[in-house]
This record gives sequence, C-alpha cells and structure tokens, in this order.
Amino acid sequence: MKQYKHLIKPYVIWAFFILVIPLILIALYAFTKEGNEVLTWSFTMGNFAKFLETTYLNVILKSFKLGIITTALCLLLGYPLAYFISRYSEKTQSLLIMLVTIPMWINLLLRTYAWMNILSDHGIINQFITYLGFDKISMMYTDFSVILGLVCNFMPFMIIPIHTSLSKMDKSLIEAAYDLGANRFQTFWRVTWKLSTPGVFNGIMMVFLMAISSFVIPKLLGGGQYTLIGNLIETQFISVGDWNFGSAISLILAVIIVISMGLMKRMDKLEKTEE
Amino acid sequence: MKKKRIRFSHIYRGIVFLLMYLPVAVVIIFSFNESKLPVKWTGFSLQWYEKLFQNLAMMEALKNSLILGVLSVLISAVIGTFGAVGMAALKTRSKGVLEYISLLPLMIPEIILGMVLMAFFYMMNLPFGMLTLLIGHTVFCVPYILMEVKARLVGMDPSLVEAARDLGAGPFRAFYDITLPLVMPAVLSGSLLAFAMSMDDVVISIFVNGPRISTLPIKVYTQMKTGVTPEINALCTLMVAVSIIALVIYKVIHSFTGGKNGK
Repeated sequence: MKQYKHLIKPYVIWAFFILVIPLILIALYAFTKEGNEVLTWSFTMGNFAKFLETTYLNVILKSFKLGIITTALCLLLGYPLAYFISRYSEKTQSLLIMLVTIPMWINLLLRTYAWMNILSDHGIINQFITYLGFDKISMMYTDFSVILGLVCNFMPFMIIPIHTSLSKMDKSLIEAAYDLGANRFQTFWRVTWKLSTPGVFNGIMMVFLMAISSFVIPKLLGGGQYTLIGNLIETQFISVGDWNFGSAISLILAVIIVISMGLMKRMDKLEKTEE
Repeated sequence: MKKKRIRFSHIYRGIVFLLMYLPVAVVIIFSFNESKLPVKWTGFSLQWYEKLFQNLAMMEALKNSLILGVLSVLISAVIGTFGAVGMAALKTRSKGVLEYISLLPLMIPEIILGMVLMAFFYMMNLPFGMLTLLIGHTVFCVPYILMEVKARLVGMDPSLVEAARDLGAGPFRAFYDITLPLVMPAVLSGSLLAFAMSMDDVVISIFVNGPRISTLPIKVYTQMKTGVTPEINALCTLMVAVSIIALVIYKVIHSFTGGKNGK
C-alpha cells in the first residue's frame, strides 16, 4: 500500500493551515501586547498576570468547582448504570448502550432548551408546585440548573468508557474472589472497581474537560451573567475585543487538555499491558 | 436475593434514562399543544409547525445550513478519505504525529477552535460568511470521516491492493477499483456523522459566521436566549426526527459492513 503515501498530502496541507498555524497564532497572541489587527511582536506576560485579578480568578475557580461537581455526579449516577448494563446478555447490552448514545445524536441546544421548558418560572415543575398550593421556586439561572444541564448532557460520556472497561472484564475473576472467601463489598472494591479504573479515569477526564469548557449550557441555563471559562473566552473575543487575554485563557485551557490527553493515552496503554 | 437486586437495577436504569429522555419528550409533546404556554395541554394542534414553515428567516437559515452541511461534508470526505488511506500507508514516526494531530479537533473544546479560527480568518483578511463557515466546519467533519475510514482500513487485507498492482493496475486504478469500494461504507457513515455534526454546530459557527449569514442552530440559539416558544418546540421536534433517522441509517451502514467483515 506504499504507493498511497502521497494521498495524505491534502490532509497534511489542510491540517497545517487550519489547525497548526491558527494554534501557533493563538499562542503568539497570548504572549504579546494588545493589538487585534496584526500581531504586535512586543512580548509580555501581562495577559497571564491578569488571571490573578480576583474577577478572573473567581471565574476559573467557579468553573473548576462546577466541573468537579458535575464529574462527581456523573460518576455517581453513571457508574451503577454502566455496571448494571454490563451484567446483561450481550444483545441487551448493545441495545441499552444504544439508548445511552441516542441523546448524543440529539442537538446539544435542544437538550439544553428542553430543561428550560421544565425548570422555568412558568415551567412544568413550578406549575405543579403552585397547583399543590406552594410558592414558586425559581430554578432557572442558578448553579442548580447549570449543573443539572451539564450532568444530563455529559452522562453518556461517563457511562460508555466505564461500560467498555467493565464488559471487557473476565467474569470468572469475580467468581474466583467469592470462592476465595471475599464478601460482596470486597469483591467489588478489589476486583470490579479496580479493573474498571481505566474506564472511570477516561470518563472523568472527558466529562471534566467538557464541563469546564462548556459555553452553551451555562449561557442558556445560567443566564447572561453566568460566566465560566468558556463564556469568558467568548466575551473576550466577541464583546470586549481583547484577543490577547482571550488567547491566554485558551492557551491555559489547551495545555490542561493536552496533558490530560497524554494521561489518557498512558491509561489506555496500561490497560493493554494488563491484558 | 438475586431477584431483588435486578429489580433495583431496573428502577435505577429507569431513573437515569428518564433524566436523559424526559426533557426531550416534553419538548415533543408540547410542540403539538394548542396553547402558547408550554404548561397546560389544551388540545392537539399543528399550528406551530405551520408558523414555523411560514417563518422566512428560519427557512433561509435552514437553507444555509443544508448548503453548508453538504459542501463541508463533500470537501471533508475527500480530504478525510485520502488522509486515512495515506496515513495507513505511512510507517514512519510521522504517522504517530499525524495521528495525534488528527485527534486534536475532537479533544480541543469547540470554543477554542472557534476563536482560533476567527483570529486566523481575521488575519488572513477573509470575508466572514459562507466561506469561513465552510472552512470552520471542515475542522470537525474531517476528523470524523478520517476516524471511520481508518477503523475500516485496519480490517482490510493489504495483499488485495498488492495483487491488483501485480496484475498490472496503476496506483490510480488500484485505488479506484480496490480500496475505494472497500472503504466506501466507512466514508458514507463518517460523512453522515459529519453532516449531523455540521447541522448541529453552534459554537464554531458563532465565531466564524458573518453578520449577514445565519445557520439554523445559530438562529435557534439566539431565539432560545430570549425564552421558550412553541415554534422552537416544533423545530426541535423536527430536528430530533432528523437525528434519529440519521442514526438509524448510520447503524444500518455499520451493521452492513460488520456483516461483511464476518463479525
């Protein structure tokens, strides 16, 4: 198949112009002084120093807080489901996994908007509550609504890797653990949980990264004032027009992601060598 | 004992699926509701669908989205398919680097991709509009097609191409007669996935669209910010229907190719 080597050329050209050059451009913006039209080439660390201002530091802390809560909830809700699914016959498993993936095919906007229908002041829950004679609870534009939206949207990304790990597991190991006198808790903790850690790790990474960089969900369910890292980048580029600072934020986020990608790859390798 | 645990797992499964599906179900149900408020069921009606189709701005956005989706998928299918075939032929270290790069667009948050492209187009002095949207959408379309084709190539016997070459076929003939028909199902399913993504994309589009052009998701997004309307419910219902159809076609293509591999 050696003669096909040249076919890669269009891809390389595309990747170079559309991915590599723009990413380098952003890195340059992050280290230079203001000036959107052209690069100024006068270097500074000021864009990164800006992070230490409390306003921005709070945004980052809030994003991480929400990211951690979302990831924890996804794991708590998703792990048992992945575990239950992995215990069914293969046919049922693929059906259930398909049910988990269908929401991923449905537009993200729509899945988010659907919660607005339910949570808003005139929404279904409040209508029901007032019907019962209680006062309205405003649920929209709070941490609660944003977290709910994030958890429901990213849940499949937690369930699928965990299920993949669990379904690859050799079931006879569990029987062996029982035979050797382990109780249910010990068996779960020492065998099942341990063997599923690569999947858990991948799921945590994916959900966490998507949660801290999310932008549409906090905007719709959190309202215009709700700012996470993603919204901060958007305002810097579209409304404020400080591209240099916006680039610096993105660069930090990108570095976090590249490192996690490396970690995930190592996890995959570990899993393979264990087999 | 065992029976009890399974019953608990049924309930648990139900609750998690309810969380994932209930909101969408509510949207679908209320799109057929007569009343404007999405709370009380007052009777079946198709008026919101009618209003939707009479909304000229919405139809214009739909047209833009369709053109954009088809064009970006066509371009990406060529780049992605050639790229995957070429990558499989590489044996050097550059393969690893390229594979890493090919995953980047799927790992980097869309928001970063969007702003990166916006800054780049601005510097290149490209007019923001259909062209920038088109380039922007190839960023995520190419990787999806590339991944699907790559996965298909793994199961392919390289001796087939060698045999064709030994029998006197030129590299072009060998590609056209042997490789392309074999990877075609993957090209199709990858293109379908990419098309679905293109029709759904908001984040990248927001950054690279021009002031005059609007795609369907952007239109929906701007309307959603102002609140819930039954018209949007109707539109969302149609979009769910299209997604489900796309998913079914995707699964059919996959089961077809799976059977061929003798899995």
